[in-house]
Amino acid sequence: MVSSLTMTERRLALVILLVLSLVGLTMGVVGRSDLLGVQGFIVLVFSIGMAFIVMSDFYAPTPNPKRLERYYDDPTKAGIVLAMIWAVIGMFVGVWVAALLAWPDLTFDAAWASFGRLRPVHTSGVIFGFGGNALIATSFHVLQRTSRARLPDQLSPWFVLIGYNLFCLVAASGYLIGVTQSKEYAEPEWYADIWLVIVWVVYFLIYIRTLARRKEPHIYVANWYYMAFILVVAVLHIVNNLAVPVSFGHAKSYSLFSGVQDAMTQWWYGHNAVAFFLTAGFLGMMYYYLPKRAGRPIFSYRLSIISFWGITFMYMWAGSHHLHYTALPQWVQTLGMTFSLVLLVPSWASAGNALATLNGAWHKVRDDATLRFMMVAAVFYGLATFEGSFMAIRAVNSLSHYTDWTVGHVHAGALGWVAMISFGSIYALVPWMWKRETMYSPKLVEVHFWLALAGTIVYVFAMWNSGIIQGLMWRTYNESGTLAYSFIDSVSAMHPYYIARAFGGLLYLFGATAGLYNVLMTIRTARTALAESESEPDIPLVASARAAQPGE
Amino acid sequence: MAEFHRKLERSAVGFVLAIIGVSAIGGFVEIAPLFTIHETVEDAPDMRVYTPLELAGRNIYIREGCYACHSQMIRTLRDEVERYGPYSLAVESKYDHPMLWGSKRTGPDLARLGEKYSDDWHVAHLINPRDVAPESVMPKYGWLQRNALKIDDLGEHLAAQQAVGVPYTQEMIENATSDAFGQASPDSDRASGVAERYGEATHVRAFDGDAGRVTEMDAIVAYLQVLGKLTDAARRQTASAEN
Repeated sequence: MVSSLTMTERRLALVILLVLSLVGLTMGVVGRSDLLGVQGFIVLVFSIGMAFIVMSDFYAPTPNPKRLERYYDDPTKAGIVLAMIWAVIGMFVGVWVAALLAWPDLTFDAAWASFGRLRPVHTSGVIFGFGGNALIATSFHVLQRTSRARLPDQLSPWFVLIGYNLFCLVAASGYLIGVTQSKEYAEPEWYADIWLVIVWVVYFLIYIRTLARRKEPHIYVANWYYMAFILVVAVLHIVNNLAVPVSFGHAKSYSLFSGVQDAMTQWWYGHNAVAFFLTAGFLGMMYYYLPKRAGRPIFSYRLSIISFWGITFMYMWAGSHHLHYTALPQWVQTLGMTFSLVLLVPSWASAGNALATLNGAWHKVRDDATLRFMMVAAVFYGLATFEGSFMAIRAVNSLSHYTDWTVGHVHAGALGWVAMISFGSIYALVPWMWKRETMYSPKLVEVHFWLALAGTIVYVFAMWNSGIIQGLMWRTYNESGTLAYSFIDSVSAMHPYYIARAFGGLLYLFGATAGLYNVLMTIRTARTALAESESEPDIPLVASARAAQPGE
Repeated sequence: MAEFHRKLERSAVGFVLAIIGVSAIGGFVEIAPLFTIHETVEDAPDMRVYTPLELAGRNIYIREGCYACHSQMIRTLRDEVERYGPYSLAVESKYDHPMLWGSKRTGPDLARLGEKYSDDWHVAHLINPRDVAPESVMPKYGWLQRNALKIDDLGEHLAAQQAVGVPYTQEMIENATSDAFGQASPDSDRASGVAERYGEATHVRAFDGDAGRVTEMDAIVAYLQVLGKLTDAARRQTASAEN
């Protein structure tokens, strides 16, 4: 893949890696008596390793100038493989921590192997490792096809993809050695946060530069969502991570905000990480790959517009519903609840839009597991957003918050919506990218689909049960007017559900592993000869539907 | 409107600005006032800051991810107040950078844990939770007892805390390492400074049962024993509400 870079780009890549290795070295030296030193060592080894890869092909012949007539898909290909690898790692750790809750003594006496340190490896591994790589890979693909323009250069997409994976690696290794700032979904420390901002700015610039080169007058719907994802995540990330490091030799930092303001900021971030990372980004995926795979235009362009602006505007208000009955001033709680309820409208606009698009293509859903992944994802998106609005209601929230119900809810979203739309998109994308008719084994896609669906259902039902039982036990009074159960009673009651959850997660992991195998085998058996000659006529299907819209 | 949107769809920069503008409103309306309205946080003039040892314990609590299973926020619900104590006030986490209100209770809430159990109980519970609560699903934290606590850089920690608004004095910053040692070593000559700087009510004792060395266990137990004890504003407020 280095051979597709021009000589200037190869040199620039080496310069960047040299700077990065110097940064790693400096972190290692300055932070030698702190965990920062270990993280610096990881950065150093990573950048030297990447430099070796660049150097090994440094003198390869310069690329054919005709490449500029084609789209640039190498980063997308690498991103797909990375996403699938992170999926397996993240889900494996997920099953592990689920098992630890059912059998807490199933551990060894090492700090890195305890629940508290493995749990963020699971959440970051699946959200940022799997989800993030899938978003980056698909966004580069969608951006080029819908703009009918090649990416502006060949180095910056690699910088984004590799730099982002370095961030994920620093984050995950940090958790294991005890580096975390404890903010949910934003656990990495200040130096990793700064690095992510740099990567993200380059990501945004790729988008803007490619759009500036576009040959389509309109910016396609999927790109609106990808843009909102890039922009708003940047804003959230920067504000939530404002902190003062103990020193430049320490990994530890202290958040700029405290107490109630910090809680609000963190939930504003947390809820909107769900909104703009786990929803908007993946809606971008859905708005391109679902109509493509179904061979039908998007049902309603108007619904797309309503959904997009509704989500962009209203989600940012909704975070405070996570703080019902807490020390957060009540007016903010009420605003959060109100907007969370209204949010159902734009969410269902997109879910309904997706399902209505499949009208007339239901026979394809029946026969094609890839399309079925996307269909089920849209259904789960609808279910999870309904549940989310419901859980924002104050009285419901008093029962659901702090219990496994919330865990069940986020996994209905994560397993049912985020992961399934990603798998569907990847299964659609892989044969296109490697110029094959189908995946290596369509049967295995089918197997993956049923494992994923069964795993999700087992998981979500187990957590609904345990969550509601937990919540009810905490508030049950006996006849004499005292609390009926001690806390530990509720812990014992969870045991069978924790086993069920671990089992559901295991099914899901098996599915993802089958997916990784299938993707790798598709690549191995791809007919490379075809790759150079063909360029696919990827024109967004919505263009024809748009023309029929009245009022234009 | 349709015409306006049609134009917007053709302008990348316009679209970027529109996204930023539309998304910024909600967060701004909800967050900005929290920093300016006086009623956001109650007054508690007698509230004390964490000692260096307690702060180190808090950092271990964060490092081990305890917040993922234990909340520190008693909600204004009858069963929570009866189970855990007076509901949490905003002021109680005023010096918490970041706050640890949590979102999940795999174990019970800890907002008022301080002085509820003995140090011995905490140590036994952290070494093997199932020794004191057979049904517990908490991990064992044996290494806390084995690891010596890193105290030489606590002054820098206090200075960083001061930079984000916690009222540590210059004297506290300069004596941070000595105070951390003193608080866990009641017989040493450095113990007296702790009470002097942080108040007579501050616990000065060998939290892990071993006065010889300062361990991570000392720090985390010191932290757990002060939860809900930095101010008694919550108890005072409940009392006045009932009168």
